[in-house]
Amino acid sequence: MRRYIARRIGYCLLSLFLLSVTIFLFVRVTGDPTTLLVEPGASQADLDAIRHQFGLDQPLWVQYGIFMTSLAHGDLGQSFYYRTPVLELYLSRLPNSLYLAAVAMALSLLIGVPSGVLASVRVGRFWDSFGKLFTLLGLSLPSFWVGLVLILIFSVYLGWLPSSGAGTPLHLIMPAFALGWYFAAAHMRLTRSSMLEVLGSEYVKLARLKGLPQSLVIAKHAFKNALIPVLTLAGINLVIMVNVATVVEVVFAWPGIGRLLFEGVTFRDFPVVQGVVLMGGAMIVIVNMVVDILYAVIDPRIRLGS
Amino acid sequence: MAIQTEVLVLPPRTPSRLASLWRGDFPLIPALILVVIALVAIFANLLAPHNPEIGSLTARFRPPFWQTGGSTQYLLGTDQLGRDVLSRLIFGARISMVVGITAVLFSGVLGTTLGILSGYLGGWVDQVIMRITDTWLALPALMFAIFLAAIVGPSLWNIVLILGITYWTRYARVIRGEVLSLKEREFVRLAIVAGCSKRTIMLRHILPNVINTAIVLGTLELGVVIIAEASLSFLGVGVPPPEPAWGLMLSDGKQGLMVGRWWLTVLPGCCIMLMVLSANLLGDWLRVKLDPQLRQL
Repeated sequence: MRRYIARRIGYCLLSLFLLSVTIFLFVRVTGDPTTLLVEPGASQADLDAIRHQFGLDQPLWVQYGIFMTSLAHGDLGQSFYYRTPVLELYLSRLPNSLYLAAVAMALSLLIGVPSGVLASVRVGRFWDSFGKLFTLLGLSLPSFWVGLVLILIFSVYLGWLPSSGAGTPLHLIMPAFALGWYFAAAHMRLTRSSMLEVLGSEYVKLARLKGLPQSLVIAKHAFKNALIPVLTLAGINLVIMVNVATVVEVVFAWPGIGRLLFEGVTFRDFPVVQGVVLMGGAMIVIVNMVVDILYAVIDPRIRLGS
Repeated sequence: MAIQTEVLVLPPRTPSRLASLWRGDFPLIPALILVVIALVAIFANLLAPHNPEIGSLTARFRPPFWQTGGSTQYLLGTDQLGRDVLSRLIFGARISMVVGITAVLFSGVLGTTLGILSGYLGGWVDQVIMRITDTWLALPALMFAIFLAAIVGPSLWNIVLILGITYWTRYARVIRGEVLSLKEREFVRLAIVAGCSKRTIMLRHILPNVINTAIVLGTLELGVVIIAEASLSFLGVGVPPPEPAWGLMLSDGKQGLMVGRWWLTVLPGCCIMLMVLSANLLGDWLRVKLDPQLRQL
């Protein structure tokens, strides 16, 4: 067990290392990072000064050392546009993103899980086909377009919901739905297949043989166990949601980290762009590790198997 | 004395592969939609009634012809620069097709190659490739694509490159798994005994056996890539204006949303949806047809 955890942590550190190298190298291989680090229209003297200040005239591995040292100190650089440290900016936006992701997740589970259960109980019937159509649409519609159409219907034509911004719970409904639909599809698929697997198992057959009513078998015996993989996926998806909400946050002017990334790109505020991507990758690597370890704690087959 | 008679049972004549593809549940409508979009993309010059990039400023924000104020000159209306929406949609099909197909090919070749190398060679090659794949998987794909686009700047081919190096991981993962099991099969062992070089085995014996999987993944990935391109264009780091990319049209159109200029957002979105939905339906069908192992994917 201890060895397994140590190895997982080792992999995680390795992934974080590769992540930083990837981001570091891409910035340097694709051109002169100096042009990204200064504001547009800087003079040659400024460029040289910046190059020296950030050590860009040094060999690559020294540069990487400098890059990692400042990262280790929690220094993601200074935003050109906001004139504040990137980390501070990031942390001020993160709660909004988490809030949006949490609501979107709740919505996606509320839609995905019941429809998945329904589809698994009625394989090949109306609800199954309906569910398939619904998930396929969720996976095929670009979330930003769903957002725009929602605005058109509920803000422009009906005037029920505010089209952008944050503040009241009403502001959350549309962005959460636009973001959650895609994930609802994934949750429904997994619930359905997981339910089908459990419904075919021996103990469910036994429960049926005992003469328990169908509803009790499904609700008490099957559903509880089928939910485990779904909740695991939901946990990982929550982190992914925080990081892929960019387009939805832009459509609804939601002040989260996705919008921060967009602002970084629009204002050519490179430290912000780099910081957001680094934090996003690190967040996912760490959550994956935690999930793996938790799994091993719960299920001995995993830690013995590998 | 009992005479033992052997009855030779001939296997039923199996219809040709192509014929069996057509039987049953072939998703005809999605396939037709994709063919039509492809034809529209190829013959965009002939089909488009107007120049997609040059508009007439006297004809801005015309609604589609069936609404009051619309005319048959601009069937689906015009945008903020007076450009014909129908023509832009037609040329947009070309961009989506070109970007989608080339990016899928690029990422497919990259991922398949890495998957085969990783699975067949094993050892440190496998370790290195898989660790890189894990790291790549950890990066939120769209966020990484935005990051790359912000570094290299927007252009059509940069987008293809970016999407290619963002979306290869799935191929590498799945194909490595297939190769691991193929490696243990008789024909590969025989090839080793026969003295084939590793290169020959990978190219002649492994590749033909994983190509179906790669095609299935490619079809499923087409939708993902098209949505990613539209998202990047929507955010202003994708295909640069004035090119008529659907994502860019959506982004331009969103300002007009609050005053009810629905055609500028609804129509390009419908095009994206039709294309992605068709690709997904076709991919789902291919997955079941070509590769039963991938059914639960």
